[in-house]
Amino acid sequence: MDRSTAVDGPTGHVRGGAVRLSPLGRVGAAVLANRKAAAGALLLALFTAVALLAPLIAPYDPEASDFLPTAPPSAAHWLGTTSLGQDVLSQVIWGARPSLVIGLIAGIVATVISILVGVTAAYRGGLPDLLLSLATDVFLVLPALPLMIVIAAYLKGSGTWVLIAVIVVTGWAFGARQLRAQALSLRGREFLEAARVRGERGSYVIVCEMLPTMTSLIAANVLGAALYAVLAAAGLQFLGLGDINAISWGSMLYWAQNNEALQTGAPLWAIVPGLCIALLGAALALLNYAFDELSNPALRAARRARGRRAP
Amino acid sequence: MGDALLEVQDLVVEYAGAGRPVVAVDRVSLSLRRGEFLGLVGESGCGKSTLCFAVAQLLLPPARVASGRVLFKGRDLAQIGERELRHVRWREFSVVMQSAMNALNPVMTIGAQLRDAIAAHERVAGRDANARAAEVLRLVGIDALHLRSYPHQLSGGMRQRAMIAMALVFTPDLIVMDEPTSALDVVGQRALMAQIKGLQRRFGFAVLFVTHDMSLVGRYSDRLAIMYAGQIVELGATEAIFAQPRHPYSQGLLMAFPSISGPRQHLQGIPGQPPDLREPPAGCRFHPRCPRVLERCRTQAPPPCAPRGDDLVLCHLYTPKEAERGRLSTAP
Amino acid sequence: MDGSAPLLEARGLTKHFRLGGPFSRRLLHAVDDVDLAIGRREIVAVVGESGSGKSTVARLLALVYRPTRGEIRYRGEPVAGLRSRSQMLAYRGHVQMVFQDPYSALNPVYPAAHGLLRALRLHRGEGGRHGREEAAARLLASVGLTPPGEFLRKYPFELSGGQRQRIGFAQALACGPELILADEPVSMLDVSIRLGILNLMAELRDRDGVSFLYITHDIASARYVADRIAVMYAGHLVESGPAEAVLAHPRHPYTRLLLAAVPDPRAPAGAEPSDEVAEPPRVVDPGQGCRFRPRCPYAVAECARLTPRPRPVGAGHLAACHVAEADE
Repeated sequence: MDRSTAVDGPTGHVRGGAVRLSPLGRVGAAVLANRKAAAGALLLALFTAVALLAPLIAPYDPEASDFLPTAPPSAAHWLGTTSLGQDVLSQVIWGARPSLVIGLIAGIVATVISILVGVTAAYRGGLPDLLLSLATDVFLVLPALPLMIVIAAYLKGSGTWVLIAVIVVTGWAFGARQLRAQALSLRGREFLEAARVRGERGSYVIVCEMLPTMTSLIAANVLGAALYAVLAAAGLQFLGLGDINAISWGSMLYWAQNNEALQTGAPLWAIVPGLCIALLGAALALLNYAFDELSNPALRAARRARGRRAP
Repeated sequence: MGDALLEVQDLVVEYAGAGRPVVAVDRVSLSLRRGEFLGLVGESGCGKSTLCFAVAQLLLPPARVASGRVLFKGRDLAQIGERELRHVRWREFSVVMQSAMNALNPVMTIGAQLRDAIAAHERVAGRDANARAAEVLRLVGIDALHLRSYPHQLSGGMRQRAMIAMALVFTPDLIVMDEPTSALDVVGQRALMAQIKGLQRRFGFAVLFVTHDMSLVGRYSDRLAIMYAGQIVELGATEAIFAQPRHPYSQGLLMAFPSISGPRQHLQGIPGQPPDLREPPAGCRFHPRCPRVLERCRTQAPPPCAPRGDDLVLCHLYTPKEAERGRLSTAP
Repeated sequence: MDGSAPLLEARGLTKHFRLGGPFSRRLLHAVDDVDLAIGRREIVAVVGESGSGKSTVARLLALVYRPTRGEIRYRGEPVAGLRSRSQMLAYRGHVQMVFQDPYSALNPVYPAAHGLLRALRLHRGEGGRHGREEAAARLLASVGLTPPGEFLRKYPFELSGGQRQRIGFAQALACGPELILADEPVSMLDVSIRLGILNLMAELRDRDGVSFLYITHDIASARYVADRIAVMYAGHLVESGPAEAVLAHPRHPYTRLLLAAVPDPRAPAGAEPSDEVAEPPRVVDPGQGCRFRPRCPYAVAECARLTPRPRPVGAGHLAACHVAEADE
């Protein structure tokens, strides 16, 4: 009801903003306003730039193994070389691509499935909801890592797409739960009823009326799923279940581990890819803060208040 | 003037925003005597809830008191420390909020919440706390067996009454109520109001009752304060205001209620809508919607006038100069 | 109201909801055995407390719910047979709805006129985008939102409650209906704004010939705007008739209670109402008997045994009460 709630401020048309931004503009503004999210965005942009510009900025061919093996960092090789004589820095730079690609694709595909299952379940209710929720629960309960290992081991060596598939299969259920819960809370909103009453189809109502109001949660889900994908992919690659001959941070870890990099004097070979994985994950997690605030304006006000009270 | 229990002096409450702060309560003064029932009436966005929160010392950032004072029993509530305030809270004044029925913790029984409220302010043995809880529930007409019920097991009206019971636990001297009946329908509202009035007569506490529905409070309040755009535009005895509303906004509000008796007449309501508080109109804030607007109203803020002694009307029509010119019309 | 056949007629309308899962036996009797008729160019008010079933009746008539029992006829044709999408769409072109909460009835991510434009597209297909925008502007002007061009572009958060509700009316009108089911259209608006909306409804009836089913809990506003009043309690229709007759000679005890509870600032101060602590009626598996009996000062033995059916107590005036007297 539009009765003044003092803590949130005067209501009604006082809320109107002087500047009306497009949805993308709003997202951008929210990201910039939140320091954590801005940091995350910067990091992500950095990694993206590195991945895109890899051919230009990598000093050497990452697979070229003509260099002195296990060399310490030097002017020629900033991060030293691997025990196979490859330049670590070039590998790190080229390794950004698979991580980002897997993260992005798996994140989006998993979220799409989450939306399809979760929102449809909430909208249809009754028996469809029962069945879809059951399926969601089953996938939630399956232990992800063992399942991933089993599937990946079974489909050994089939590379990136298998990895993505495995990650999606084990990762969609969490988002489906969340999206279903939010969609359920939207069911009572009268604009959905109004759409039905004016004669819209069910599919229109879900796609054009419900989903646009859930964008914050959907974006957060994409980020969350991407984060999961990056870490899961790295984990599987480290275990040797991805394509070990392709250059990626996870496979670098695999080779570094197998060649006892830490003990044999090429510690950066293990540390740097691990650090990159962690930083990419952190970037995604930090970005998520912006979406929290987008969907919950009260957090925005609290942050501003904290900022002002600080000396 | 006499024995004022609550005195609000020139209170200004602002909300910090992106640019200039928005003034939600603009130099409001009012006073409440012991046992008095004061109705604070206004539409959405007029600042009545903000005023209510400010009086109860419940403002949170970005809202803050920019100037003015709230004196309770002569003490400035903003100045006494948090500890003192806790002592005063609930024992001497308590609050019933809007949609109070949603303020109940859904995972605790009613009895547990009442005992919580008691324990927070007084060292009382468990059995005594229970007895007191049962007693206040009975006062509001809820059977004591509901001490063990969860909020979702009670109807909306009962939950609202449970909140009132919670406010009564220490029989305070003042209860501030912010639209406690808004979630109920007509019959429930009526019953609740009668109950509140009965309890008030019995225990003698003062009530500050905030609402948008003047007809609801008109039957029970001793005095009435009408708010518009952050200011009090009329203040006085309820009967006097109903019989002869002076401010054009009060007149419009009273005419906005279709009646069930008498001839069916076409009513207009008040055209337009309340102003944006970030950019209130110059001069009198009501002037864009006022049927009796004067030239002066557009540029000069109206002074507080007192055509009837200690009442208040914020309107150019009631300045001594206008009265002399005989521009007053005596009936709306 | 003119004497021709009713526009929309419901007989024995019943809706039960199953509580507690698909295998439970407990039924919530939201609406039981309601007969209602709305004619051309008339406003029929359905008055009741929350839980009386009035909103469910509106949703049944809007085909949002399917009735458990009973029949709905539009211009004499039964509505139960409508299955195909085009048939449903045609019905929705005749019977539309306005919702209670102006803050939840508009999708916040789109401009406020989005639903209006969609409705025009669904129901008045041709004309292209430009034609639709012109039609939308005309509709906005007809509900008092001027200048219409400005309102076409605004987002819901830029509008007040009253303005949003007017957009709701415009959206309903866009389908070209003969009947609009208005579910408590003013209860969430400020008191001084309500009259504007009520006057708009009367104007739409008089100027454009649109009939309304006005659902409300406020009998005073029902009197202000309605030609006929129907009173509901606990899923039953307890009284109905011409507005003035029901108000001047209420025959059902509940109607009398409703009228007594209305706070009227201009009425002389009467006696204090009884300190009645009203409990909600039993609508889960209620069984036979009058549902108002526990609160009724006039109840007799028969009231517990037999559910009263509406009987004539005056010209066009019905009451469902065993002890209601008829006019002389």
